[in-house]
Amino acid sequence: MNEMLTMAMPKGRIFEEALELLRQAGYSLPQEFEDSRKLIIDLEDEKLRFMLAKPMDVATYVEQGVADIGIAGKDVLLEEEPDVYELLDLHISHCYLAVAGVLGSAINEAAPKIATKYPNVASHYFREQGEQVEIIKLNGSIELAPLIGLAERIVDIVSTGQTLKENGLVEFERIAEVTSRLIANRASYRLKEQRISEMVERLSKIINK
Amino acid sequence: MCVELPMPFMFEKPLGMRDSLPLLYERKKNLRLAVSGEFEAWGYQFIETPALEYYETIGEASSIQNQQMFKLLDQQGDTVVLRPDMTAPIARVAASKLLKQQVPVRLAYSANVYRAQQKEGGRAAEFEQIGIETIGDGTISADSEIISLLISSLKKAGFTKFQISIGHIGFIQQLMLDILGREDRVSQLSNYLIERNYVGYRDHINSLALANIDKQRLIDILDLKGTENILEKAGALLEHNRGAEKLNELAQLMQQLKEYGAEQYVSLDLTLMNTISYYSGIVFEVYAEGVNFPVGNGGRYNSLLKKFGRDTPATGFALRVDRLIEAMGTLKDQAEIECVIFTPERKQDALKLVNERRAGGSRIAMQDLNGIGDLDSFTKNYSEVHYFIGAPGKDETP
Repeated sequence: MNEMLTMAMPKGRIFEEALELLRQAGYSLPQEFEDSRKLIIDLEDEKLRFMLAKPMDVATYVEQGVADIGIAGKDVLLEEEPDVYELLDLHISHCYLAVAGVLGSAINEAAPKIATKYPNVASHYFREQGEQVEIIKLNGSIELAPLIGLAERIVDIVSTGQTLKENGLVEFERIAEVTSRLIANRASYRLKEQRISEMVERLSKIINK
Repeated sequence: MCVELPMPFMFEKPLGMRDSLPLLYERKKNLRLAVSGEFEAWGYQFIETPALEYYETIGEASSIQNQQMFKLLDQQGDTVVLRPDMTAPIARVAASKLLKQQVPVRLAYSANVYRAQQKEGGRAAEFEQIGIETIGDGTISADSEIISLLISSLKKAGFTKFQISIGHIGFIQQLMLDILGREDRVSQLSNYLIERNYVGYRDHINSLALANIDKQRLIDILDLKGTENILEKAGALLEHNRGAEKLNELAQLMQQLKEYGAEQYVSLDLTLMNTISYYSGIVFEVYAEGVNFPVGNGGRYNSLLKKFGRDTPATGFALRVDRLIEAMGTLKDQAEIECVIFTPERKQDALKLVNERRAGGSRIAMQDLNGIGDLDSFTKNYSEVHYFIGAPGKDETP
C-alpha cells in the first residue's frame, strides 16, 4: 500500500473542482495547493503525486503510463479515444459538445466546412448523420470561424452558451454531454489495484450523495 | 588510410515496421531462449507456419479486425493475409494434421505477426509473439497448466513483478443473457466492458427498461474482482443457478493454481472481456511493471477448431516479446564479444588465438588494423581486445 500513486490533473477550472471533490473524499490536500505554479506536486502523507497537464493531454499521460490515473473531460476521451479504463463519472465541469453557427445561416451543400478543436468527434458525428463535410482543425477561438467565413458550422464545447451568444452564434444540435471522468492506465489498474479501487470507492460515496 | 563513412541515415520503412539492432536483437534472443526453454521443459513442441495464409480461412478465423490485416493477392488471384495471429494457423495445422495422431497436443511457437495500426505511426505493425496452445484437452487441468507455465516462463526470463487477471467469458455472457434476453443486447453491453468504459456501462444499464433489481445485478458485475472470495458474490447474481458450473470451473482453477504455488501472481476479474471473439471460457491478461499494455493474453477457445472441421477444445496464450523487452527497462547490457586486432605479418599468431578461443566457446572477432578508422571508438564495442601488431615476437600490447 506504500507505493506512490501518480495522478494527472487538468490545469484550470476542472482542477479546482476536482481538488474540492478529493478533499470531500477525505484526502488532505494543503490549502495553498491551487496557487502553486509547480507542475509536479508530491504529497508524501497521502502517497500521491499530482501532475498538472493541459486538459487535452491528460488522457495521453494516463494511456502511456506516466500517470497511473487522471481526470479527463469526456470531450477529450471522445476525441482521443485513449486505451484506458474509464472508472467514474465525477459529475463535475458539466458542459456539452454542440454544433453551432450563425443564426439562420445555411450550410453550403457542395462543400460544407466545419471548424473545430475536435476533428475526430466532428467527423464521426457528421458521418453518422450521413453528411459529407470538410473538417478544419483549429486550436482556439473556434467561434471566429463562421464569422469570418472560414466555416459554416463549428463543433465546440458549450458550458453556458454565453460565448456563442456574444458572438451572434446559435446552437443547432447537441452531440454529447460532457463531464469529467476518473481514468486509469491499464497496467496501473492491475498492479496498483488496491489504491485505485480505494479512491474510486471514496469518490463514489461523495458523488452519489 | 581511413575510409570516410557517411552520416548515419535511416531509410524510410513502411509504417509500423522496425529494425532490431544488435543490442536489441541479443535481448530478444535471450528472452526467447529463456521462455522457449521453459516451454520445452514442460513438454511443448515448437512448430512453424507460413507468414502468408488465405484470407478466407485464417483471416476470418483470427478475429483480428478486417482493417488491421495486411492483405495481398497471390498469383492465382486469391486474397492472402500476413498472419495477424498464431492461434488460427496453429488451429488449422492441428485440425488437419496433428490431431490424427494423438490427442491432446502441446504446441509452441515463436513468430512474427502482422497488424496494421490505425493510430499514429510509431506503433509496431510487426511484432513477435511467443506462446503455446494445448489442443484437444477440455479440462481445467489444462487451463491451470498453461497459466502456471506462463508464470514459470516469466520467472525464468527474470521477471518478478507481474500480474495475471483471470475472467470467464462463458460466465459473463450467461449472466448478461439471462438478464437481457437477447444476444444483440448482450453484445451492445459487452462492448462497454471491452472498451473498459465503466461509466458508459453504468449509464447504458440505467437507460435500459429493466427492473431495478436486474439493473443492480448488472452493475454489481463491476465489483467481481479480487480473490476467489468473489465467486460467492458472483453466484448470488445468478438466476436459478444457471452459470454456476462456470464459477465452479474458476474455483477449481484457483485451487489448482495454488497447488502450483502460483496464487500470488493471479487475481480474478469477471468483467474481463476482449475483442478476440473466439474465446469461450476462462480468459486472462498479463500485466508487467513498466509496460502500459498487457504483455500477454490467452484463454480457452473451444469452438475455433470447428471452423477447421474438427470440434475439439483448446486453450493457449501468447506473450508479446517487444513489450516484455520494454518491461525489462533500458538496454544497457553489452554482449561479451572479444576482438583481435592484427597486422598482416602477425595474422598467423592471431588466428591461433582466435581458433582456441572460439573452440572454447568465446565470441571473438578478427580485425585488420589497417581497416580501422578510429581505433578508440572501434575498441569500445568489445569486452576485451587482443593485439597482434608489428614484427613477430614483440609485445602484444601497443
